[in-house]
Amino acid sequence: MSENQNEIVIEMRDVGVSTMRDLSEIVLEKINWSVARNEFWVVAGQQHSGKSDFLMMTAGLMPPVQGVYKFFGNETHIFDEARLADRLRMGFVFDMAQLFNDMTIAENVALPLQYHRNLPTTEAVKQIQELLEITELKPIADVTPANLPRSWHKRAGLARALTLQPEILLLDNPFGGLDARHSHFWVRFLDELWRGHKLLGARPLTIIATTDDLRPWRNDSRRFALLKDGEFVSLGSWREVSAAQEPVVKELLSAPIEFA
Amino acid sequence: MAVKNYFDRRALRLYVVAVQGKLARMLHVEKQWLRNAPLPKSFSNYFGRKLFLFGLTVHGLGAFALIALGVILRKWNVARNTIRPLIYRETARAGIKLLPMFAFVALALGFLTIGQVMAALTNYGAAGAIQYLGNIMVIVIVRELGPLLAAVLVLARVGTANVIELGNARALGDVEALEAMGVDPVHYLVAPRVIGMTFGVFALTVYLILGTLVSGYLFAFLQEVPLTPSQYFLQLADSLTTMDFAVVAFKSLVFGFFIAIVTCYHGLAQPLRLEEVSRVAVRAVTQGIIVCVVIDALFILLYIVT
Repeated sequence: MSENQNEIVIEMRDVGVSTMRDLSEIVLEKINWSVARNEFWVVAGQQHSGKSDFLMMTAGLMPPVQGVYKFFGNETHIFDEARLADRLRMGFVFDMAQLFNDMTIAENVALPLQYHRNLPTTEAVKQIQELLEITELKPIADVTPANLPRSWHKRAGLARALTLQPEILLLDNPFGGLDARHSHFWVRFLDELWRGHKLLGARPLTIIATTDDLRPWRNDSRRFALLKDGEFVSLGSWREVSAAQEPVVKELLSAPIEFA
Repeated sequence: MAVKNYFDRRALRLYVVAVQGKLARMLHVEKQWLRNAPLPKSFSNYFGRKLFLFGLTVHGLGAFALIALGVILRKWNVARNTIRPLIYRETARAGIKLLPMFAFVALALGFLTIGQVMAALTNYGAAGAIQYLGNIMVIVIVRELGPLLAAVLVLARVGTANVIELGNARALGDVEALEAMGVDPVHYLVAPRVIGMTFGVFALTVYLILGTLVSGYLFAFLQEVPLTPSQYFLQLADSLTTMDFAVVAFKSLVFGFFIAIVTCYHGLAQPLRLEEVSRVAVRAVTQGIIVCVVIDALFILLYIVT
């Protein structure tokens, strides 16, 4: 496995994205984009701009309807059985976390490990103790998701995506619905992951996140893109984002409504 | 938003594909379009559309059954520590947990069958015909009612829950979550249910038949029918053939397998919204019953042929 810092891990040429529900309904067209190893991309867009569908397609959960999508240099349609190894190089954090309600938080987080390493539940849970500790999930490890607020669901979703130590982390609107305390944790922790966290053997992570609010992401080391009117627009660094005259960008940067 | 034209190029593609006989290429979205198309102007149009949908459903169910069977066989040893506990859970759910209900049904069924038979025999003055009680029980309970009733009860109790659970999982994105983790949703969600229901229906059929035969004699005994347990047992033994054992076992396994396939197919095989889950559950139960009856009819042919 090449560890070349400039290696292109994701490359899209004229890619079109449909919705998960209807593959004939195209929401984004002509996406030309490449992501190098250890880049931190933030893809912004208003609600219903196709952020989740874009991320689902990037994760290989549905095929691109047009164009060419290359993952680590290999053309990818959808991650089927034969591409399992590639699939596991990517971790995905869903907007609603998608935890299983009949399992505890620890069992949810341990599920990928349990399935792919063929471990009994107790053994898999034992092996993720450090991950639970770092993500502050240990005190609620034995609680089922139905008894927890959404912020903790998302945190568990993040821990589950990291269980198999991926090289790329995809996050669908990670700050959506989080309170200030959780938001601070996420900003700090994602930054640590990107730089190389001991949890992943200090290996820097490539991160792609979608958002409908650009403000928490302001940082010069990140790269930004915008989804608007069915198009993918690469904006560049934060400096270029703040200088952009796009009305959509201004909206995504504006302060929340304050009530008297 | 423009008004949807039902006779656009998509529809043309649909019919061309159908004529070419490549139904496998059709998307469920298009099937959904067909289901929701405006009311037809003629009966032949209506009938044709229903027939076409029936063909699509049979095709979908067949394909899903083969996929599920393929995954079960190919991944028998994959992630055993994850899948085995799920199989035990599903087998318990479609088996041992239904035993109290089946005990009650067996008791009632024995009483009803013997009660009706005795009343009919007495009315026709054929009191001597009690020597055929065992034979009647074998024909009615062992060959027909036992397996069919067990299948329908499991369908109602567990099959419905299956569709709702899987429909919710599909609608809420749990299937995508499994795929994102590299976990095969058919392996994780369908295989344990198929195995559990197959063996659950088989075991419950055996218990239902045994319970009904015993409760039937109990009712005959309470009615003071002059029949000793050994005579009754001998009548049963004389009426039963090796073919009966083989057919009952095979039939109940097939019933269980197809109930699971129909319910899992409707819960999982197409994109769903939450509000569609209840409608899909009703459709799955109806189709489950139809599938059971059709399979039962095919097994009758087996008896006729042999």
